[in-house]
Parts: sequence; structure tokens; C-alpha cells
Amino acid sequence: MSEQTTSRKNMIEAIRDALDIKMTEDDNVVVFGEDVGYFGGVFRATDGLQKKFGKSRVFDTPISELGIIGAAVGMGVYGLRPVPEIQFADYILPAYDQIASEVARLRYRSSGQFTAPLTIRTPCGGGIYGGQTHSQSPEAIFTHVCGLKTVMPSNPYDAKGMLISAIEDDDPVIFLEPKRLYNGPFDGHHDQPVKPWSSHELSEVPDGHYKVPLGKAAIRRPGEDVTILTYGTMVFVAEAAVKESDIDAEIIDLRSLLPLDEEAIIKSVKKTGRCIVVHEATKTCGFGAELISIVQEHCLHHLEAPVIRITGWDTPYPHAQEWDYFPGPARVIRALEQVMEQ
Amino acid sequence: MSKSSKLSLHVPEPLSRPGDKPDFSFIKLSEAGEIRRPAVDSRPQDMHDTAFGLVRVLNDNHEAVGEWAADIKPDILLHGLKAMVKTRILDDRMLTAQRQGKTSFYAQCRGEEAIAVAQRLALRKGDMCFPTYRQQGLLVAQNIPLVDMINQVFSNSGDNLEGHSLPSLYSYKEYDFFTISGNLTTQYIQAVGWAMASAIKGDDKIASAWVGDGSTAESDFHAALVFASVYKPPVVMNVVNNQWAISSFQGFAGGEAANFACRGHGFNIPSLRVDGNDFLAVYETSKWAIERARNNLGPTIIEWVTYRAGAHTTADDPSKYRPIDEYKYWPLGDPIERLKGHLIKLGHWDEAKHDALVEELTVEVKAAVKEAESFGTLNKGPMPGADEMFDHVFKEMPEHLRKQRQEMGM
Repeated sequence: MSEQTTSRKNMIEAIRDALDIKMTEDDNVVVFGEDVGYFGGVFRATDGLQKKFGKSRVFDTPISELGIIGAAVGMGVYGLRPVPEIQFADYILPAYDQIASEVARLRYRSSGQFTAPLTIRTPCGGGIYGGQTHSQSPEAIFTHVCGLKTVMPSNPYDAKGMLISAIEDDDPVIFLEPKRLYNGPFDGHHDQPVKPWSSHELSEVPDGHYKVPLGKAAIRRPGEDVTILTYGTMVFVAEAAVKESDIDAEIIDLRSLLPLDEEAIIKSVKKTGRCIVVHEATKTCGFGAELISIVQEHCLHHLEAPVIRITGWDTPYPHAQEWDYFPGPARVIRALEQVMEQ
Repeated sequence: MSKSSKLSLHVPEPLSRPGDKPDFSFIKLSEAGEIRRPAVDSRPQDMHDTAFGLVRVLNDNHEAVGEWAADIKPDILLHGLKAMVKTRILDDRMLTAQRQGKTSFYAQCRGEEAIAVAQRLALRKGDMCFPTYRQQGLLVAQNIPLVDMINQVFSNSGDNLEGHSLPSLYSYKEYDFFTISGNLTTQYIQAVGWAMASAIKGDDKIASAWVGDGSTAESDFHAALVFASVYKPPVVMNVVNNQWAISSFQGFAGGEAANFACRGHGFNIPSLRVDGNDFLAVYETSKWAIERARNNLGPTIIEWVTYRAGAHTTADDPSKYRPIDEYKYWPLGDPIERLKGHLIKLGHWDEAKHDALVEELTVEVKAAVKEAESFGTLNKGPMPGADEMFDHVFKEMPEHLRKQRQEMGM
């Protein structure tokens, strides 16, 4: 393998780099959304792209999520590879019919004649005092839809490699970006100074084209006593909890929820015999329920303790009570101690 | 203004219900030839009048009159007539097949045949149509082998959609016919997006978007108009106003308050309102809108005023909500009879030729049904394999689906 140079990047820079590379390589890649064009996006993910690639490939759209995704479906059917941005995942519901009933099923209902290889980028998750409408984690409403891939990277290296994979994928991908991680590996200690990505090894990003496959989990910390299944912002919350608890936990960053790396999950839980699931989304019918179901189906006789879920509470995402809602390290530590007691 | 202490809700009601004498007094007819033909590069704001009249070319004497009348080649008219008759015979045979249990469901387009057939003949190969389930004329006009369509309706072993889709929700990429959704109006904004892509790539192809009067109420319609207005992509935005959305008359889509064509005005999109049962009017106005689109002059919205002469689908009984003989009173007549009358007037056609055509096409449709039956029917099989259920969910079958297919025994 030829030597590849690397650069330090935060998650936004890594995402922008992936878009830049794919737009350079493939004329059919187009990028659009609310405030995405001239301004470069409210989180700056598309900053400079319009200037570089022109207004017909990077442009602003009306405030109509339905329109953004519906038009993107048509563009995909034509033969483009659209990468629309939905400004906040909380705003994606007006486009849900176009996603769940249309783009997810075009291939199926036309037996492969028509497809639309969309990559729908959208910032998700809380921790920024965004209240009910700028904080949600809606992954489970997409993993429940047949025909969609749903992924959530947790760091700059994965964000770039997975975004390139998503854009090159011929099926539609929901690309969820935990916005609290854009500028640093936030570990849930909201009262401590923000750590930048530059001090984290996963901000060392190869400069050119590389791919992180969709459907492969990553072991962030190997361990023997308990498996933590998690993704997104909670990867770093789990790391902090493990560091502070002295429990030898194996942390699995799922990265891709559908397709899901079942093998990695089963292998780890069979090894440790204990499991907790941590996600920021609400609990009831959350993706954790699916994970636990898989664990009991394949690992029941290896389990020493019931599997515990640490999630956001089943309430809308509150504003003033954000840090009571956010499943921080203290709750994860308690769960680790609880499963270790049995 | 009288003083009222109580508010009341306006719930629209059609002028006639079962048992009433049909009343179409709300349809204001323009005379054939009355509505002007604006220059193709007219500014939308200079042609608001075309949204309020009714473009009609054929008069009661079967003559083509006015600025919209053009010298259409007789072979196009004859092709159109043949496609319309064929579509109607196919519809009739499929209704019978549904009653015989050969399929579960069918949507006919009786009375609306001219709209899809004439527009398709005005389009070019490569121009993409995003239809609803009442534009089978787009396919028949291209001489698609009927057996292909019937195989899909029968969900048999020859179904090009592997049994995945509801009967008559066709998909034919090779005929520029986008897969029909069944969720209404979703395709309208998709057509706008497709046309945007054509413009982004500097192509010369245009899109044709289809929706009914009732489903203009969906927010997708609004989104489509906004995007069409903002980016001015090459798209013809058809609204087929057939007066009825299952049992709801067009008043429930706001048709009482304002017609559907003039909805384009708020977006500065040129708007035409056209007699949808007049093949010549459909063909010429379509060509006008297509020429605009092709010349980078942007979208056009066209309201086709027509009447759904049959039931909504085989699952519907219109005698429960509208006069059973309402179709006989429809003031714009039958599209096949009107084109036939014009061709006879021109000397290109006569009753004997027409009878022979009906006979010939009946034989053709019957033969196609018979051939399709050799691939199976819904009640007798053979049907697509159970394992085909798992195909085309993704490009490559992921592990979890492979396991589920195995679990099913495949």
C-alpha cells in the first residue's frame, strides 16, 4: 500500500473533505439543503463547496424537507448521486413519506428498474441546549424501514470514510451526525472544558480517498467483563464511564445500525457474558430493544446478568433539564456496577 | 352584512347525489377556439387569462378551430385514436378479469384516455413520465406489448415486478414510465427533481408530472410548485381534474374556491386550463408546454378538465355517492367519440373502419390476455416464487435478509 499523508481534522472538516473528494471524483454528486450553498451550512459542513463546484452542484433550497428529499429522489432516479442535508434530524419528519415509502422502496417496487442512491446527511443528538427540536436521535424510525441503510459515525476518521462509502453505495443511506461530536469527543462531562479533536487519535484522517465499510462495528476498547453496545456520542460517554469505574468493559461502537454487525455483537457478549446497551435516543422501542433481542436470541446461555439499557428518558428532549436527560457517565457507571453484581 | 353570533363550518357538497338529476352547471365552457394561444416565450404574468377559460379545439361540428388548432398529421391522430380504443378495451377486459379472480385489483381510466395518450405522443423518447395509476395510456400509446402489462396485473410468473406491486401500478423504464407509487403525489416533486437533474447536467430531456385533482391537496404538490418556481426546471405539471377522488368531489381539494390551473399563478408558473376530452387540445397544449420546457423556459401547469366515467378502482362503487348516470351528462363528451368524429370529418375515417378497428383490437387484447394466462393468474398461478419476495430490497442482499429467507425455507 502506498503511503498516505494524514491531517488533523475535526468531524465537520472530515465530512467536508469527504464531500469535496466525492464531488471532485464524480460529476453526478450534488449537494443541497437549507443554508447549504453560499453560506456553507449552519454547521459549516459545506463551507467553500459552492465556490469550488458551482451553484448547480451545491445550492440552497426552500425550507421544505419534503421538497428537498422528494426532489433528491427524482435526481437520483435521473442518475445523480444526491447528498441532501436536512439541517437538524428533528426536521426530517416532513420528508418521512419520501424516505420511508419512496426512496426506500423504489428498487423493490420496480424490481431494480429505478433506484435513487441518496445519502441523507443530518445532524442528530443533544448536548447543545437545543431543546425538543434540535436534539433528537431518530435512528429507530429509519432502522425500522426496509430498504434503508442507517449509520452514525462517532469520530472524524469514521465520518469521512463512512460518508465516502455512503455516497458510493447504490442504496439510500441515512447518515446521522452526532452534532455534539462535531468539534470534539464529548464524553458527557458537560461541566468540564471542551476537549478538541486535535488531541484524539481518531482525528488523524488520511488525506485522500478511503472507505470505512457500512455494516462493520469497531471495538473501541477491548475488555473481558462486560460488553457495552453503543454508537454516536455515547461511545465517549461509555469510555469515560469505563475509565472511572475500573471495570474491564469491551466497548463496541456499532457505527452502522443497518446493516448491523451482529457477528461482532454476538462474539463479544459470548466472551464477556454481560452486556449493557447505551444510546441517547428514548428507551421504548428504541434501537436498544433490537440489540437486546439479538443478544438474548444468540447469547442467552452465556449471560450472567440481565441486559440493561441506558438511554434518554421517554420524554421529549427538555431544555433546562438537558443534563438530567442526557445519559451521562454516572448512569453508565451505575449500570456497569449493576450488571457486575450478578 | 348580517350579524351572526354563531360560527359555522363550510363543508363542501357536490351539486348532485344518487337519485338527483346530474348537474354540471359549475363547469363554465369556453367555445372551441375562444382561448388565445400565447407565444411560447410569454411571461407567466402576461397570460393569467389562460388559467380561467378552457382551451378547446374541436367544435360541435368536429372541426378544429382557433389559435390552438394546428395541422396535426393524420397518422398521429389515427395512432391516438387506436391507442385510446385499445386502452379502453384493455380496461374493460381487466375489469372482467378482476371479477373472475384473475387479479385482485384494477384501476381503469375510462373517459380520460385522451390526456395520457396525446401527451405521450407530444413527448420525445427519453422524456420521463411520473404517472399516477390512471395514465396507462402513456404505455399503450408507445405500443407496449399488452401481455407485459397484463402479466403485471395478474401478478403471474411473467410479472416484470416479481409480484411486488399492486396490480396496474406499473413500472417500465424502457418506456420512460416511472414506477407508480400508490401513495399519492409523491411522484410530483420527484418529477421536478428529475427535471432539475436534467438541467444540472445540461441535458435536453424533460419530465412530465402527473397528479389528480384530489391529491393536489397533498403537501408534495405545494413542494413541487415551490421547487418548480424556484429552479425553473423543464417539467410539465399535469393536474388531471376528473372531478372525483374516490367519493370526494373536487371541492374537497379546494376546487370550489379556485380552479387547479390558477394555483400556478402564486408561483409565477404559466398555467393552462384545457378540455381534457379533446385530443387535439391536449396534444397542442402539451406541445406548447413541452416546447417551453425544452427551451429552458421552465415549468407549466396544465389542468385537464375531464370526468372519471368509471369507478375509482374495482374496489369502488360510485352509485353510492354520485348519480349513476352522471357520465351521460358530462358536458365535454367522450374523448374517443370526439376524435373519431373529427377524423371522419377530415375524411380519414369512417364507421366501418372504426368497427373494424374495435374488432381488431378486441382480438389483439383477447390474445394478449390468453398469452398472459399461460404465465398464470392470481387465482390459479403460477405466481412469482416466494423467494422473490426478498429480491431487490437492497442491491445486495444483507445478511439479516438472507437468514430470514432461509428461515422461510428458501
